[in-house]
Amino acid sequence: MTPEVLTLSQTPWLFTGVMLVKIIVAFVATLLIVAYATYAERKIIGRMQTRMGPNMTGPKGLLQPIADGLKLFFKEDIIPSQAHWFAFILAPMMILAPAFISISVIPFGGDLQFTYDGTLYAVPMQITDLNIGVLFVVAMAGLGVYGIVLAGLASNSKYALLGGIRSTAQMISYELAVGLAIVAIFMLSETLSLRGIVAVQQLPLWGLESLSFIPNWYIFCQPLAFGLFVVGSMAEINRTPFDLPEAETELVSGFCTEYSAMKYALFFMAEYANMITVSAIATTLFLGGWGGPFYGWINFLIKVFGFMFFFIWIRATFPRLRYDQLMFLGWKIMLPLALVNIVITGIAILLW
Amino acid sequence: MAANTSETMTINMGPQHPSTHGVLQLILELDGEIVQKATPHIGFLHRGIEKLSEHRTYHQIIPLTDRLDYLAPMSNNLGYVLAVEKLLGITDEIPERVQRIRVIMAELTRLKSHLVWLACHALDIGAMTVFLYCFRERECITDIYEKVSGARMTSNYFRVGGLADDLPDGLEGEIRTFAESIPAHVEEYEGLLTGNKIWQKRTIGVGKISAEAAVDIGITGPALRASGVDWDLRRDNPYSGYEDYDFEVPVRQGCDTFDRYRVRLDEMRQSARIVLQALDKLKPGPILADCPKIVLPPKQEVVSNIESLIHHFKIVTEGFHPEPGEIYQSVEAPKGELGFYLISDGSAHPFRMKIRPPSFVNLQGLPQMVEGKLLADVIAVIGTLDIVLGEIDR
Repeated sequence: MTPEVLTLSQTPWLFTGVMLVKIIVAFVATLLIVAYATYAERKIIGRMQTRMGPNMTGPKGLLQPIADGLKLFFKEDIIPSQAHWFAFILAPMMILAPAFISISVIPFGGDLQFTYDGTLYAVPMQITDLNIGVLFVVAMAGLGVYGIVLAGLASNSKYALLGGIRSTAQMISYELAVGLAIVAIFMLSETLSLRGIVAVQQLPLWGLESLSFIPNWYIFCQPLAFGLFVVGSMAEINRTPFDLPEAETELVSGFCTEYSAMKYALFFMAEYANMITVSAIATTLFLGGWGGPFYGWINFLIKVFGFMFFFIWIRATFPRLRYDQLMFLGWKIMLPLALVNIVITGIAILLW
Repeated sequence: MAANTSETMTINMGPQHPSTHGVLQLILELDGEIVQKATPHIGFLHRGIEKLSEHRTYHQIIPLTDRLDYLAPMSNNLGYVLAVEKLLGITDEIPERVQRIRVIMAELTRLKSHLVWLACHALDIGAMTVFLYCFRERECITDIYEKVSGARMTSNYFRVGGLADDLPDGLEGEIRTFAESIPAHVEEYEGLLTGNKIWQKRTIGVGKISAEAAVDIGITGPALRASGVDWDLRRDNPYSGYEDYDFEVPVRQGCDTFDRYRVRLDEMRQSARIVLQALDKLKPGPILADCPKIVLPPKQEVVSNIESLIHHFKIVTEGFHPEPGEIYQSVEAPKGELGFYLISDGSAHPFRMKIRPPSFVNLQGLPQMVEGKLLADVIAVIGTLDIVLGEIDR
């Protein structure tokens, strides 16, 4: 019996119910990962830096993220008298929302099958499968910039302004390189749906049956695009070595200098949510999504955590780039490389 | 573009700022992120140490000197103590063991200061792991400090004519183990930074100052040697028996932040060498000069010998009286030439004490190193100058 796909027109109540469950599960899981990513980062960096990390709150410090959250929640919420209050309040939301929205198009597993009322249904483990999923992700990443710019401008503080300007320039220039790196992917996959891209990657490498033990992950045929994507996304999510907008030793705290309490926590959450989103996208586009030796979403999470570990590791190792060097890297090295990659991919597709 | 930028932004960097190394205030005029003009404002940590000294006996001034460059207290102690000994004319009477221990402590202090410098400099540029690695080693030195003087930062260990106390048992071995481990640790820092492309990009060619300009301003220490001027007081004007040791003075020609970094790392290796040599030459002996009118007698003698009791009473109640005169004595502190200029009018406290702090003079180089450069370079330059506000403001 072939499973039926749930649709809104055929089974409206069941569809809505399943959808709600998926949204809640994905959202809560992301929030939990955000909370414990801060803990993991502190523990991992602590280990790398020969210190302990949090270890007092709860067993092995496991309650630390919750304690931090509670503390920030009860802090006084200061809005500077000279700040533009509406934009000042809006900014943290504008940075957090896009980070979470991107999660909605990412497939985190294969189909889940269940029987209801005698019919076998298949539910894709993905909130929604947009046919322009990749574009949606890129667009949401672009929206995140507004939050930072707005925070920088609304604070009416010079350090925040400098941070805001830095991040605008940085995110716009790196988005180009990242976008162009992704172009090479959907030239190969011939679909913009993230689910479609993952499905293509489950085939054997280069369509050769003799290589069937290696999956057709795009990291193998697009290593350059992968490198560009990872470096570019590190810049987009403002992490070391590209953490110039909030370079604390230069700009105090950059765009969030004036923020306190829960609004500051929102920026903090957005940073980690972005890290998760970027890791998830990289997993989907280059590492075969949920494909792998274990059960669907477990593979997916392992790959995402691997990426996050990599980002944390980089943070413990590298110094920070300078503004002009960052621009140089973005425009004069990464952008041409991405363009060259597209041309080469195009030629390769034509020839084979 | 330049024609459109008629307005500049003035930004107050400090005194509350994470990377102005204390309470330095910089008034920066920025065109975008380019620094048009940088004006250092100092004085937020002024405690009037020079003036205070005029009302204290010579011995009572030693604890004040701890608080000059609080990252290198023993070097300050050494500079001051040598100056007073020169004023009293007892320089030749200092026992050999005292000289050796002073050198060991001064070089450990150099290591301590350079470790903090490297930690903060790397953190300023964004490499935060180096910070904790450096503090791990610095902790060993603070432990050694605690064992010899009882204090971890403000040591107050040297005395006019000798030392407060002898080294405790077993400490020599501990110092030796530590000094032997230094080259490996320096390798570790170099492994994280020297070959790192981002580190190189952030430091090579940043904060350039030519040898002539450096000499004109009076820059001393590693900053001068990285500009190609081969000048080190330990070798060129030896004190405390530095002429007995075999060490190199690292000199580089780059004039930039990267070469200042490498000069300091090389100095750390040389300091470890000097410490080991001094430990080899260390022999048992007295730790105070035989000058009863200047040096406090041992407690045992105070209670058993009437003359010692009188000396003790006189020194504690009124101090000692150097002949009228004036002297200048300088030492190679970790940050450069630390000089003490003392004028005595024959009373028990100095008529005037002028300190020449290396950080104060080196800071004069900052405006010309950063003007026309980017904001991020200001941070790198503050770090590379290795300033300590306790010493600048006094």
